[in-house]
Amino acid sequence: MNINRRQFLGMGGAAVAAVTLAPGFKLIELAQARSPEEATSSLHRWGLLIDSSKCADGCTSCVSACADENGIQSHNRPATDAQWIRKVTLKDKQTGHVQTLPLMCQHCEEPPCVDVCPTGASFKRADGIVLVDKHICIGCRYCMMACPYKARSFIHEVTTGQKSHAPRGKGTVESCTLCVHKVDRGDGSTACADACKKEGHEAILFGDLKDPSSEISKRLASQPSTQLRADLKLNTGVRYQGI
Amino acid sequence: MAHVHYLKIEGRSIGFLALLALLGVLIAIGVGAALYMEHNGHWVTGMSNQVIWGTPHVFAVFLIVAASGALNVASIASVFGRQLYKPLARLSGLLAIALLAGGLAVLVLDLGRPERLIVAMTYYNFKSIFAWNIILYIGFMGIVAVYLWMMFERRFNDYTKTAGMAAFLWRLTLTTGTGSIFGFLVSREAYSSALLAPMFIILSFAYGLAIFLLVLFAATRWTGRPLGDVMVTRLKNLLGVFVASALYFVVAYHLTNLYMTGKHDLERFILLDGGVYTRLFWIGQILVGGVLPLVLLYSKLGRSRYMNALAAVLVIVGGLAQMYVTIIGGQAFPMPLFPGKEASSSFFDGVVASYTPSLPEILLGIGGIGIALGLTVFAIKILPFLPQSLADADVDPHYKAT
Amino acid sequence: MRTLNLQRILASLVLATGLAMASSASLAHEKEGIESGLSGRVPMPVHNANTDKGDECVQPEEVMRRDHMKFILHQRDKTMHEGIRTTQYSLKNCVDCHADAKTGSVLGKEGFCESCHAYAAIKLDCFECHSAVREAAAVTPPSAARNLVSPQKMAGVPVKGKKHEH
Repeated sequence: MNINRRQFLGMGGAAVAAVTLAPGFKLIELAQARSPEEATSSLHRWGLLIDSSKCADGCTSCVSACADENGIQSHNRPATDAQWIRKVTLKDKQTGHVQTLPLMCQHCEEPPCVDVCPTGASFKRADGIVLVDKHICIGCRYCMMACPYKARSFIHEVTTGQKSHAPRGKGTVESCTLCVHKVDRGDGSTACADACKKEGHEAILFGDLKDPSSEISKRLASQPSTQLRADLKLNTGVRYQGI
Repeated sequence: MAHVHYLKIEGRSIGFLALLALLGVLIAIGVGAALYMEHNGHWVTGMSNQVIWGTPHVFAVFLIVAASGALNVASIASVFGRQLYKPLARLSGLLAIALLAGGLAVLVLDLGRPERLIVAMTYYNFKSIFAWNIILYIGFMGIVAVYLWMMFERRFNDYTKTAGMAAFLWRLTLTTGTGSIFGFLVSREAYSSALLAPMFIILSFAYGLAIFLLVLFAATRWTGRPLGDVMVTRLKNLLGVFVASALYFVVAYHLTNLYMTGKHDLERFILLDGGVYTRLFWIGQILVGGVLPLVLLYSKLGRSRYMNALAAVLVIVGGLAQMYVTIIGGQAFPMPLFPGKEASSSFFDGVVASYTPSLPEILLGIGGIGIALGLTVFAIKILPFLPQSLADADVDPHYKAT
Repeated sequence: MRTLNLQRILASLVLATGLAMASSASLAHEKEGIESGLSGRVPMPVHNANTDKGDECVQPEEVMRRDHMKFILHQRDKTMHEGIRTTQYSLKNCVDCHADAKTGSVLGKEGFCESCHAYAAIKLDCFECHSAVREAAAVTPPSAARNLVSPQKMAGVPVKGKKHEH
């Protein structure tokens, strides 16, 4: 066909614009909240990237934010009080180097807790978030025995003051939900990550591990990171840097 | 072979009623303890987010393991054709069911949500060994019930061998499953071993026979039925073999761990500086549960029935100690999350978890024993489980009075 | 033989009459509603309806009375396992609408859920874990959420103020 130079330039410009803008549209589509009628899908896999070098010694904002967000109250019984996230202080036995990092449910791809649950209450959602269906949890605590990260807590007492988005009750097991209620709402982050950012440390980053253009994927692709207990080959959704 | 007469016990004596009453009280206290735990929540117990399974599980696993071992005597008769043990087969089957019922009761009553037992029976995750165990336990009760039926009803006696074989294979699977509850876990250093399944099988032989021996002694003595030396000698020698085999497995387990540098911290904890766990291991498990019974059974002391009974009691005490070290010690030892680093946190990372058995837990465990023994005592009254005589002349066709 | 037969016939007649009376009595109760004729050893259920949200639930009252657990059970599995958070049968939305105007809760002596469950002697398990307190205004006005073509009015009497009369 016969096109003149102007038409050719116009078409070329349009093509370039389309190519430039298209990824942006896709980004917008991913960032928008999933509508309530839609089921989750395996198109996403939510995870966290934690940079231990940015984690501040003595700061527990992530822990307080999690407790606040999910209605976790202390009963002054540290042995039996639930903890969805905790700060761990590490001291190297050889070198004496000290560092801290937050530790929570690792949302493994092959979760041992899901394998061992007799009723199937411990399950992995399509988008990778590992949850406890407390309607069918019988409180046997086998998942707590099985978890290689000691991430789960059992509720040892009558519970009140629950947040409506985080039901929790006596006799069932619970753990970090990766703020699933916020994820489904499209908030784009977890309470711990938000709190850490607010404190200025930005040690916790939430994102979609399956989206190559998300910040978490870009950082994981360009910088070294590791899993805890990587020898177990559980392919965790929470990755660490700096340890 | 002389025909064996089985007879219900009379069960009208003060002693019998007192025994039933005592067991009833133990059961009531156990159930009361369970209600207390369930109503207030588990914070009233010694169990925590670090030591997740405590004294109730020690008792429950012990009873369940012993239950499958108690069936051994019947299996030797039916599956391996040893006629000498045939008169004991009924009691063996009964004890197997009763001990399992007691162990399961403790396990269920300790659940965070015991009222959801029906959920456990209707929602199944078939990848979970726990789910398989539920099927195995209930199936075991059914199969042993059928096995007993074949033994009781004269016209079905020909099927005893088949039923016995089925029960034997089923209980091997069951005990493998029980051992695998721990053996399949990658999370803790003390577990995650293929050795745990066969070790539990051999432990079941020892615990089950020890309990069987004690029940047999008590039942024959308190009902005035004769029990000859031929039978007792056979049983006590068998118990010695099982105790020795159990010791072998413990040695194999620890020897392997001691070879691996990575496991040295765990071995140091159990064998050397674990405090109560080290004491329970060496004194409870090895000395009281292993060495002393072997001495009592195989030395000249073995001729005395009292020594035999004492040996059986020691095996049971040692067995409970072994379960405590395995279940609670295995959890108390810190999880190897950060190799090469000392970890500390508000969630007790990096430290040996502390655990003290609390009264409700102990009472619940004892309640389970009450259920097991209560069922046994009740059953031998209403059905002829006990042979009328186990005197040497009645038992051994080649017996010659010396 | 004859007398035996006669006795059997008489016995079954008495039984049938008794059953018929009992069932007709319960039917009558249903027609008149649960507030008829019973002396109050157990307090009557209270329904302090929040009429500012509309006077209809997401399903007709008779349907909800019998089948609300069906909707709840179905919704909980969808929300839990698939993340579907539609509001029509969401427990949170139920609570937000049915919470007592004064106490803000569906529990308590005059709580919507608890008073009826106490009357029917059925243990309420939901609020061991779920919050029974209204957190925000109900998301969708019930009448808009109904999916029936012709919504049925509650049997008989229109709503007067706070208490339902049947």
